[in-house]
Amino acid sequence: MVQADLNIILPEILLSLFAMLALLGAVYGRKDGIATSLIWVTAALFIIAAFSVMRSANGTEVAFNGMFINDGFARFAKAVVLFSAAAVLIISPDYLRERKILKFEYPLLITLSVVGMMMMISAGDLMLLYMGLELQSLCLYVIAAMRRDSLKSTEAGLKYFVLGALSSGLLLYGASLTYGYAGTTSFSGILDAALQDQDDVGLLLGLVMILAGLAFKVSAVPFHMWTPDVYEGAPTPVTAFFATAPKVAAMALFARVMHDAYGGIVDDWQQIVALISLLSMYLGAIAAIGQTNIKRLMAYSSIAHMGYALMGLAAGTALGIEALLTYMTVYVVMNIGTFAFILTMQRDGQPVTDISLLNMLSRSEPGKALAMLVLLFSLAGVPPTLGFFAKWGVWNAAIDADLVWLVLASAIASAIGAYYYLRIVYLMYFGEEPQEALVCQSSPVLSGVLIVSSFAMIVGMVNLFGIEGAAEAAAATLVR
Amino acid sequence: MDYLLLSFVTFSPAVAALILLIVARGDDADANRVAKRFALSATTFTFVMSLFIVAQFDAYNTGFQMVEESEWIMGLTYKMGVDGISILFVMLTTFMMPLVIAASWGVTTRVKEYMIAFLFLETLLLGVFMALDLVLFYLFFEAGLIPMFLIIGIWGGKNRIYASFKFFLYTFLGSVLMLVAMVAMFSEAGTTDIVKLMVHQFNFTDFKVLGIQIVGGVQTLLFLAFFASFAVKMPMWPVHTWLPDAHVQAPTAGSVVLAAILLKMGGYGFLRFSLPMFPVGSAVMTDLVLWMSAIAIVYTSLVALVQEDIKKLIAYSSVAHMGYVTMGIFAANQQGIDGAIFQMLSHGFISGALFLCVGVIYDRMHTRDIDAYGGLVNKMPAYALIFMFFTMANVGLPGTSGFVGEFLTLVGIFQVNTWVALVATSGVILSAAYALWLYRRVVMGDLLKESLRSISDMTRQEKLIFAPLITMTLLLGIYPALALDLIAPSVEALVANFDTALADAGWHAHAAVSN
Repeated sequence: MVQADLNIILPEILLSLFAMLALLGAVYGRKDGIATSLIWVTAALFIIAAFSVMRSANGTEVAFNGMFINDGFARFAKAVVLFSAAAVLIISPDYLRERKILKFEYPLLITLSVVGMMMMISAGDLMLLYMGLELQSLCLYVIAAMRRDSLKSTEAGLKYFVLGALSSGLLLYGASLTYGYAGTTSFSGILDAALQDQDDVGLLLGLVMILAGLAFKVSAVPFHMWTPDVYEGAPTPVTAFFATAPKVAAMALFARVMHDAYGGIVDDWQQIVALISLLSMYLGAIAAIGQTNIKRLMAYSSIAHMGYALMGLAAGTALGIEALLTYMTVYVVMNIGTFAFILTMQRDGQPVTDISLLNMLSRSEPGKALAMLVLLFSLAGVPPTLGFFAKWGVWNAAIDADLVWLVLASAIASAIGAYYYLRIVYLMYFGEEPQEALVCQSSPVLSGVLIVSSFAMIVGMVNLFGIEGAAEAAAATLVR
Repeated sequence: MDYLLLSFVTFSPAVAALILLIVARGDDADANRVAKRFALSATTFTFVMSLFIVAQFDAYNTGFQMVEESEWIMGLTYKMGVDGISILFVMLTTFMMPLVIAASWGVTTRVKEYMIAFLFLETLLLGVFMALDLVLFYLFFEAGLIPMFLIIGIWGGKNRIYASFKFFLYTFLGSVLMLVAMVAMFSEAGTTDIVKLMVHQFNFTDFKVLGIQIVGGVQTLLFLAFFASFAVKMPMWPVHTWLPDAHVQAPTAGSVVLAAILLKMGGYGFLRFSLPMFPVGSAVMTDLVLWMSAIAIVYTSLVALVQEDIKKLIAYSSVAHMGYVTMGIFAANQQGIDGAIFQMLSHGFISGALFLCVGVIYDRMHTRDIDAYGGLVNKMPAYALIFMFFTMANVGLPGTSGFVGEFLTLVGIFQVNTWVALVATSGVILSAAYALWLYRRVVMGDLLKESLRSISDMTRQEKLIFAPLITMTLLLGIYPALALDLIAPSVEALVANFDTALADAGWHAHAAVSN
């Protein structure tokens, strides 16, 4: 029995083993000298793991008495997490080396946090949920503060840690309430209890607390306050990581908890999710307008995007989950491309993040400016880019679930949000002549990632790279 | 997928743009010349290919022709086709684009990007008129904003940033509401196929939203959502204010595309979506739309009278002319809709030509102030003649295409709502007032301005650009059947379906006057 259980969690075990062995090796070996190669090896490992996850047996496998669930939904989310983590690793080394923070711990911490994410995605029990969440978060706290001599980076790490601890506390409180009233920590048990007594105040309170903790992890309003500061303070590759893999994992966990543990009482949580979705969209759209730092801007943009993705969850249907997964996948690809671009921004050999420095970029760097143009329009959800199709998907799901008011409100939010993306396009294409030109780092890896991601935004229109079918199958396993 | 002709025509300019994007290098005069020539040949090629569409088109078949269909993502279909309503817009687009490119011969900054933007724009515009899938339509409709935003923003005038943002956000807000309606339609009908949606009957039972009684139910709401988008695109009073700004700031070629083709997307949308898909909703809102059109005609004509900027004046006159179009469409009878389509075509040629006329003197004097000109006839006789011709066409002088469109729409509306017709007809007089006064101030009189002494008449190339426009304006003015024969059968079917749908719905509207 144990053997079968272990087989199911083999990818997680292997990744943890790798992290520990590499840690030993690096500690006794040449330390930071091997950091670059370690990053590449880790990225390669992630990609291999992603493929093996995707190709592993179909159907739902359950391990450890329902604690760990490996179903189609988990496989889809894990593949996205692994691919995006690999992409972030690939774009990191240059930046880290220049800032002299290229440490061997970086890929290892990321590996461990990815293991945490995989556990979150597969959680079938409140215990595993919490373990995965904490493993992931602890690693993230550390890498946020990786630039120890920078005030902003340490501030980011500390802020993230304190607020993260608060949200973990909320979540734990909710979990204990739930356990107290349901008598079990397993999702299926909670579902039974919830179905039996729909108006149980204790269970509802537990649900709300858990929901608050999860909303913090996806940085949805009103639990978003940490996002801009952490995004700005953390080293850019770390920000890129924050914006992608953990968001996908947290969103997947969110969907899993809502459907596996509270699937029978959709009406109870639908309004909450719809409301935080609405608030996130508006806050993201409005607060981003005044930003001058592109990393902060991306923070608000990600808050807004989480709002759109949550619309899929708010629908409470399989169609909604399918839309959510598609949305997150497109979101990740757009963000990786955008951050690859941000990583190339330099002046006097120093990385910069000031938006006004993008003035007339189209003249000095026509190729990069064009790629960014596509990505920005995609982020704004303007056709014919994939960002539009992602939005179409969540709207379709929400209308299908009779959330017409939410869709109308989000339509207006997306028009407001378009403004700040357009502002960057305006700067790049018809701003004023800059006094100090931005010199873009010419790294083939960064340019490659940027171009591939912007290309995908256009070409994906042909068949969405098959994501749609995979997401549909994945959603079908979660919502029955 | 018997034909691929439509897709071929639609995507030819985009392919050309890609080639230009990837292959062309350098920013010197030679490279610029190559880019211009390449763009001109590409658009001309597209025009020639589009002639095959007309050649194969069967005017007596009221359905969609040359249909291409295949599966696409997210339950959508890739479906293209033309009918009597859309084919002339396709032709208008392919006809105007080479002229637009030729009119941009004087562009010197970032020529390659300029040509790429226009080529992409052509693909998107053609796509709008041929798409037979809701989302495909929206895709082309909305994506057209991107190149236009860049065209105004990069090559525009002094205040281009304000104008480009206003243009984008105004139209984007309008169209996201339409997108929501599209999602709702998909959700209810289970398809985004326009042909199927045309026969799908959307619910029209009254219900209450927030205590307000919605007459016509879902159909009215859907109508309003589409209306938000198309009214902005048209543009209709009172959401027309982006147009003068965009026109004034856009480069000449941008203005021409905007006036000649982009403004037609709204009218096309009404004919393709609003009337056939939401007949009850349209009937409920008819009076409102008609009065908005009447106000637009009179109000914007009056506003045009006091303009000091030539482009702005013509922009306001465009809004007034579009008022006739919406009026004709919502008269919902044969003459009205025939006239509306005809008016859109003829406005495409005439306003395009007028903006080109402004471009000619702007290139020489770099100002659009009416006060800066006067007595041009002394130095530019050929220009005076051409400008005179299009001014007259704009006024709607019989013998030019402008007359036919205005007359037909007025005939159409008179059968439906005499009061609106009465108000709208006064616009004919007002248009004569502002157009002729403009002509008087710019062209006639003595040449008093010192700065104008050295102005030169039009070059042969400039004249050459106007030749096809003059031909079309005269041809359609003298023999309108050329276009009307293509339009009429499809319009007849549209009107018949509209009346039947209303009769089935038990809606006894005054609009349902049959011929």
